[in-house]
Amino acid sequence: MNSGMLRQMRPTFFYALLGLVFMFVAPQVLQLFTIINLTTAIALAVLALSLALIWGYGGILCFGQVAFFGLGAYVYTISAINFGGSTWAIVMAVLVTSAFAAALGYFIFFGRVSDVYLGVITLTVTLIFFSLIRRTSGPEYKIGNALLGGFNGVSSPPINLPWNTSQFLFPEHVFYVAMAALIICYVFAGWLVNTKFGRVCVAIRENELRAELLGYDSRLYKLGIFTIGAGIAAIGGVLFCNGVGRITPDVFNLYNAALTIIWVIVGGRGTLIGPIGATFALFYLTSALGGQSVLNNNLVLGAILIVFVLLVPKGVAPTVIDWVNARRKTAPVRVRRRRGARAEGTE
Amino acid sequence: MDLVAAIGLQLAYVIANLALISLGLAIIFGMMRVINLAHGEFLMLGGYTVVVATNAGVNIWVAMLIVAPLVVGIIGVIVERLLIRWLYGRMVDTLLATWGLSLLLVGLVTSIFGASTATTVAPPLGAIRIGSYSASGYELFLILITLVLLVLVWLTLRFTKLGLLARGTMQNAQMASSLGVSTSRIYMITFGLGAAVSGLAGALLAPMTGVLPTIGATYIAKAFITVISGGSAILAGTATGSVLLGGLNGIFTFIAGSTFGEIALLLAAILLLRLMPRGITGRFFRKSL
Repeated sequence: MNSGMLRQMRPTFFYALLGLVFMFVAPQVLQLFTIINLTTAIALAVLALSLALIWGYGGILCFGQVAFFGLGAYVYTISAINFGGSTWAIVMAVLVTSAFAAALGYFIFFGRVSDVYLGVITLTVTLIFFSLIRRTSGPEYKIGNALLGGFNGVSSPPINLPWNTSQFLFPEHVFYVAMAALIICYVFAGWLVNTKFGRVCVAIRENELRAELLGYDSRLYKLGIFTIGAGIAAIGGVLFCNGVGRITPDVFNLYNAALTIIWVIVGGRGTLIGPIGATFALFYLTSALGGQSVLNNNLVLGAILIVFVLLVPKGVAPTVIDWVNARRKTAPVRVRRRRGARAEGTE
Repeated sequence: MDLVAAIGLQLAYVIANLALISLGLAIIFGMMRVINLAHGEFLMLGGYTVVVATNAGVNIWVAMLIVAPLVVGIIGVIVERLLIRWLYGRMVDTLLATWGLSLLLVGLVTSIFGASTATTVAPPLGAIRIGSYSASGYELFLILITLVLLVLVWLTLRFTKLGLLARGTMQNAQMASSLGVSTSRIYMITFGLGAAVSGLAGALLAPMTGVLPTIGATYIAKAFITVISGGSAILAGTATGSVLLGGLNGIFTFIAGSTFGEIALLLAAILLLRLMPRGITGRFFRKSL
């Protein structure tokens, strides 16, 4: 890591530090119920981060990021039940999900499927997962010792200490694990987009033809960032099924797929912290909406999505950054002009 | 022999079902290059229209064949005027905006009718017998009406003034508008017609599936796979896509159960897109409608 990259990553470290402070302060001041809720929100934030990486930086319009999230959760749960411990189950979840994403991505990117089709295909894969796993309710659908459970899902074994499989973590400890995972994933993603690999990905997003003419195989780079994004989503899935305690096929439904897109749209494509912030904000908005019955969740989220696409297409974080930059640039100019005006006046 | 006939009928029904739910989407996509993610919700609205109309005392045939397409078509025109027309040429944004619309419609219908199933309508035709097997008369009716619908769309595109203008706009919108065609009006009508066909399909399927606010999600995946595998030609694409995928789905369902039928459909679609990224009609039957 050279000094230039360190300078580039200064905001990333700043937000990571804020996250660290939050990680150690929150359990002291917040109630256990809030902490358990927060764990779920953190898991979703990891999912949002993965989509922010591949859509915002890779330019890959993946509508089915939630498929990797859910697949990670299912693989973790099934392997944890079969292995009797969580450590290797987490590794399995990330590896299997990345392998699945790589296989799917091979067909998509090497078939040169364009971005709009890509969105539809990934969404379709998600919905097919949804309808497939819903049907697995009979006792004949099992992998090893784990029954798939159909509509009701499977209850997930909690994470245990790596060296002692009978020492399970309590919900308040899972919070620390989740927060640490979010920070690590965030710093990793922030580092990745500043490496040569990340820069080539951005170049491909901006102009695929030009990047190819410069000698980069855009298919390989897209496949790479897509696979990495799926791995991060799988980590989110592992945290999610730990926070909730079980995993059901509902994770694959259209509503959740849309939610992931909405976080990134609202937070802003091309930033990593924006979608994470938007996830927390919308998580608390939807929880608040769940408490009343006048406005339906779908209605509000649909309206938010339409309003953002039509009026704030860049999302919150880039709009704020643009605004701040514009002020910074214009401020000295205005002073200079005023001085100039005064000078003209005296002449 | 009876068994062959019964299986053949079942296969024909799977194919017709696929064609029926995809046609509205194919019209809008083929004509306007707009992928309408609220397509499933248009089908859902068609179903609800039938339920509401029959509860209000309208004859079920009138409700299905006339009221539902009319209502959903009007909704389609309103949607095009308020939302879609700001986004022409921006495919990704259209995709996102129609997704927002889909959530909005689900939310709206849930607030009005509640989340559980509304009163269902019974299939208006009884069973028919093929030798020692029995088949649903309504399924037979659906196969026939899908064929009629495909022929109607073909006739409209091929032989009417509107069809000519629409095809011209589809091929070269700028040229069409310099020749005095109001492309904005053509787009509006096309979107309305696509929505009306979706509404009709939703209405026809309502007696088979019942209606739920979230039922669009069960249609949308299959409709998209069919349209994308078929490619951009409206009729040839829908027909070849649904014959290929529906046929595979039907055969695998018969051999190994409906779960494997769905898996076969998905795998076939992904393999097909690897081999023919622009769909079947992107490679074959290029000049077709």
